[in-house]
Amino acid sequence: MRSRIFPLIVTFVVFVALYLIGFQRFPAFGTTRVIANFLTDKSFLGIAAVGMTFVIISGGIDLSVGSVIAFTGVLCALLIGELGMHPLAAFGIALVIGAAFGAAMGAVIHYFKIPAFIVTLAGMFLARGGAFVLSQESIPIEHPFFAQISDIYYVFPDRGRLTVIAVLFLIVLLVGILLAHYTRFGRNVYGLGGNSTAALLLGVPVGRTTIMVYMLSSLLATLAGVVYTLYTRSGYPRATIGLELDAIAAVVIGGTLLTGGVGYIAGTFIGVMIQGVIQTYINFDGTLNSWWTKIAIGMLLFFFIALQKFLTNYRGNFGLSRKRAVAPAGD
Amino acid sequence: MRSRKLLFSVLVLMLVMFGVFATAFAQEGGGAGLTIGFSQVGSESAWRTSFTEAVIAEAEARGINLLFSDGQQRQENQIAALRSFIAQGVDAIILAPVVETGWDEVLQEAADNEIPVVIVDRNVTADPSLYITRVSSDFVHEGRLAAAWLVQATAGQCDIVELQGTVGSSAALDRQQGFNDVIALFPNMQIVQSQSGDFTRTNGKEVMESFLNAVDPSTICAVWAHNDDMLIGAIEAMKEAGLDPAQDILTISVDAIPDIFQAMVDGDANATVELSPNMGGPAFDAVVAYLAGETLPAWIPVAGGIYFPDTAAEELAARSGS
Repeated sequence: MRSRIFPLIVTFVVFVALYLIGFQRFPAFGTTRVIANFLTDKSFLGIAAVGMTFVIISGGIDLSVGSVIAFTGVLCALLIGELGMHPLAAFGIALVIGAAFGAAMGAVIHYFKIPAFIVTLAGMFLARGGAFVLSQESIPIEHPFFAQISDIYYVFPDRGRLTVIAVLFLIVLLVGILLAHYTRFGRNVYGLGGNSTAALLLGVPVGRTTIMVYMLSSLLATLAGVVYTLYTRSGYPRATIGLELDAIAAVVIGGTLLTGGVGYIAGTFIGVMIQGVIQTYINFDGTLNSWWTKIAIGMLLFFFIALQKFLTNYRGNFGLSRKRAVAPAGD
Repeated sequence: MRSRKLLFSVLVLMLVMFGVFATAFAQEGGGAGLTIGFSQVGSESAWRTSFTEAVIAEAEARGINLLFSDGQQRQENQIAALRSFIAQGVDAIILAPVVETGWDEVLQEAADNEIPVVIVDRNVTADPSLYITRVSSDFVHEGRLAAAWLVQATAGQCDIVELQGTVGSSAALDRQQGFNDVIALFPNMQIVQSQSGDFTRTNGKEVMESFLNAVDPSTICAVWAHNDDMLIGAIEAMKEAGLDPAQDILTISVDAIPDIFQAMVDGDANATVELSPNMGGPAFDAVVAYLAGETLPAWIPVAGGIYFPDTAAEELAARSGS
């Protein structure tokens, strides 16, 4: 159990270290403005990554996230702009469609026994294609509701802004933590990822849980799309290409095992914040090539996967040596 | 002893004078000592890279402390970069947006913090009061110029295939509009195929291949590409299909990157309209003028000419030299 929380501690230490490096070079890192920017600028990635954490804990993967965000944006922009709907009604419709889309992917994964990788890859193409079919161009949204939402924020003493979408991200995070650790659904997800055969024998409803996990992931991706729409006041079919990979990176850096069964929503939050710190550092520096962000995240990923491998091997060897000790006695 | 003192005084005087000259030199063009954040779209094309390099070189020459951020063609990266610039309290921001929509909120935040923003290259849909001016090429004019040359070269009779740029970008929309406005005046000029090649070589090649399969290549009179990179891809596709580009099918594109001049030298391209990458200078001038309290025009166009194979060798030497 201690080795389970160990990656989370390492993640936290890495975050603090990176933040201190930034703070030591750029004192502005200490302002609430920079911290509030982390939350606002990473809100849609963070919301999607919470959903991704559930999927990965359940032993699956969801590659459709980035495309679902773009599709949601375009759909909302059309519903609001072309059909004159109120944004909240448009968001509601988008969330229902998103949830249904995720549930359908989960059902295909469960009933046809097709790897999640392939099913969600198809989902990624479907949603991206759908976004482009709806509109080839970026659609601006001119609705007073959007201006009202962006006018609501809490201003810290040093002019940092806690925006609505940042608060939404924090709420999703909190609900995600409660759902993972304090509900039957959460326990089922962990059971499914640990060992699906054992989970089945122990009475975990595998089919229902699988469908619900992908439904939750797509629902949160759609919510991330709503947030992205609020963030940019437009629907853009090319938006957030490859965001699913950033989300997976955040989940893994956050200490969740890619093989499933082990992980923390809180770790994912720190994983997202680490990406924010690296990006902000490079922007503040202003001379570094921004692609160093990717290199830094790539190196962190390697480090955390190696750490996971080391920890699982350590546990595996422990089990093996016990078996060996038993075997001679049986002869 | 005395002569030593004299020597020392002369040295000090020389140093001071050098210092004065050096600052005077650095201040040429203005903006020395300013900290300016520059958020660039990415490095998706050769033109974009030369644009970036021109801005960085211009900032260095003027003694401007430039904070540069490559958005990797993602709007969220660019918005985050702008927020970082604002948090750092830069003197001004130059934004080359990846897409026209979605900048209202972050520009409002810059305005709230009294940081002037200059939009360069592509346009934005945000309220014009949120930025001080826009520096860009006149894309419509580029499209018109391209069409005018083609009309003249073909005596107003031509079936054209079009390689569009990134869907929804103002470069693609405006070049298309300018080009179509002109050819609409000539009943025997029409676009027979049109698809997006996303401003990249690989896509330009693929789309051209599909054009050559879709229609009989001998009926195509010219290929009109919204940028040189796509055209270079299309040249490869034509060669692979056994066609002689610039002979069997005329070519016209926009940007004037070194590689297109190379293609002209090799006899594979006919003409290119220059998209001037030197937008850094006018953008910095605008910031300096704004800070000095001058009023600026809403749009500062940067003009480029049209280039043909006869000067290609010289242009290639001049442009790849830097």
